[in-house]
Amino acid sequence: MRKVSRLSRFNIASLTLGLAFLYLPILILVIYSFNASRLVTVWGGWSLRWYHEFFNDRAMIEAAWMSLRVAVSSATIATLLGTLAAVALSRGERFRGRTLFSGTLYAPLVMPEVITGLSLLLLFVALNAERGFWTVTIAHTTLTMCFVAVVVQSRLGSLDRSLEEAAMDLGCDPVRAFVAVTLPLIAPAIVAGWMLAFTLSLDDLVIASFTTGPGSATLPIRIYSEVRLGVKPEINAICTLVIALIAIVIVIASLASKLSSSRGESAAPL
Amino acid sequence: MSSRRIFARPARFAAIAPYLWMMLFFLVPFAFVLKISLSQTAIAQPPYDPVFDLTAGWDALKTALAALSIDNFRLLISDDIYVFAYVRSLTVAVTATALLLLIGYPIAYGMARLPKSWQAVAMVLVIVPFWTSFLIRIYAWINILQHDGLLNQILLALHLVSQPVVWLSTDSAMYIGIVYSYLPFMILPLYATLAKMEPALEEAAGDLGAPPWQVFWLVTFPLSLPGVGAGVLLCFIPIVGEFVIPDLLAGSNALMIGQTLWLEFFTNKDWPVASAAAIVLLVVLLVPLLLYERLQKRQLEQGR
Repeated sequence: MRKVSRLSRFNIASLTLGLAFLYLPILILVIYSFNASRLVTVWGGWSLRWYHEFFNDRAMIEAAWMSLRVAVSSATIATLLGTLAAVALSRGERFRGRTLFSGTLYAPLVMPEVITGLSLLLLFVALNAERGFWTVTIAHTTLTMCFVAVVVQSRLGSLDRSLEEAAMDLGCDPVRAFVAVTLPLIAPAIVAGWMLAFTLSLDDLVIASFTTGPGSATLPIRIYSEVRLGVKPEINAICTLVIALIAIVIVIASLASKLSSSRGESAAPL
Repeated sequence: MSSRRIFARPARFAAIAPYLWMMLFFLVPFAFVLKISLSQTAIAQPPYDPVFDLTAGWDALKTALAALSIDNFRLLISDDIYVFAYVRSLTVAVTATALLLLIGYPIAYGMARLPKSWQAVAMVLVIVPFWTSFLIRIYAWINILQHDGLLNQILLALHLVSQPVVWLSTDSAMYIGIVYSYLPFMILPLYATLAKMEPALEEAAGDLGAPPWQVFWLVTFPLSLPGVGAGVLLCFIPIVGEFVIPDLLAGSNALMIGQTLWLEFFTNKDWPVASAAAIVLLVVLLVPLLLYERLQKRQLEQGR
């Protein structure tokens, strides 16, 4: 009997090309951030000059600080609410308004950002809220909550429910069964959800542009206004720092899921 | 009563907080967009008229209601700028989604055929760029595509072109940017369905004498259609409203609707027209949005 070869030459070629396409541009950006030359395209030797420039750029530093604060607070609120939503949807069986709930919860995943941003701004204006840190945080929470919910819900869906049921048969009330049994098992997914929310918030330009006020620009807003004026080596340095920060976050996330897998559980599906 | 049902009751209470949050910050705002899309621009703070003031009493509210009109929507339909912007957005989204499917499918297919232990690594490799900033990834391409950028340097060195090609501010640059940014969204759902597929089906078709391309067209591709649907919707809907990529990479002579909306809002300070444009965009996307909702629900609630 002839066995069909699983991995053809075409498969290998498309994988290699695909990954190269995904990674080369980022790699080039990082390398050029260490370029000594002012011209972004001419290689003038290795240097940390542009990093120095960034750390002396007060406006940039302030924007970066604002972005970090927004990312940490919105990711934390989104993780709390998103996890609650995931629990309700995967364990709540049927309840009134469930369809509307899951509908509004998942919609921001694909909703064009200009629409979400504009509608939130109009709400803030109508409420007469002062625009700045809190309005951006609320907007980012709304955007990222659904990502957390999807990650946690898919983990809850793959859990063996007889574990919770066993805990309750042994006398736990539902809340205690959840805290003692379910929560530790979905912890890696919650961590992964937080990380995802954090990076999405750090990254967002459009929604932040709509919902922020004068004098409180986030890092993407600053980067965007600089990029519109053309390529600057300092931007390469900032981008490299952001990539490094996100890389650290990913390493922590994967360590967290490793840690829990060493306790006899499989890693989070993200 | 089974313990499963006992568990469900407190689980339902968990919905309250996120439910209220999404009502207040996602559904209610659309009412404001609708209301302001029916208002007129005014040189005031906030820059539209009428402003509802519930403390001013019933008569004031009635006057305000009477002042609402659909003029902004008439403008959107009659002015070529907006009509062209919607048409261009849809054209760009269809073309880009087709390109994404064409490029993403072979990659997802290759991933699904890797040995099991490698598949996890490949999946992480596809997801990681999605975690790095969107704006940064577009910026990386500006670096490469600019007049004396790396791409032109390579093309010149290989003598493929005699003088630098203009890449920036063209549609090709925009398509490169869109494909680059959305590729993980296409690959992951495709990979998810392809990886679940029973390899024996393809082998059986091959054993019965079908040439590889026929095995692909008659067995593999039809079975992967759910993944194709998810990937297409996940890319198509946000691309229609895309702002950053066309703004930074495409030329400024033909705008997409996301750019037009942005321009009306930030440059012209015409909030009512921007709101009307958002409402129309939402209506245009309603069918794909509903399809996506159904798909998402089925995927998450049937378990995997």
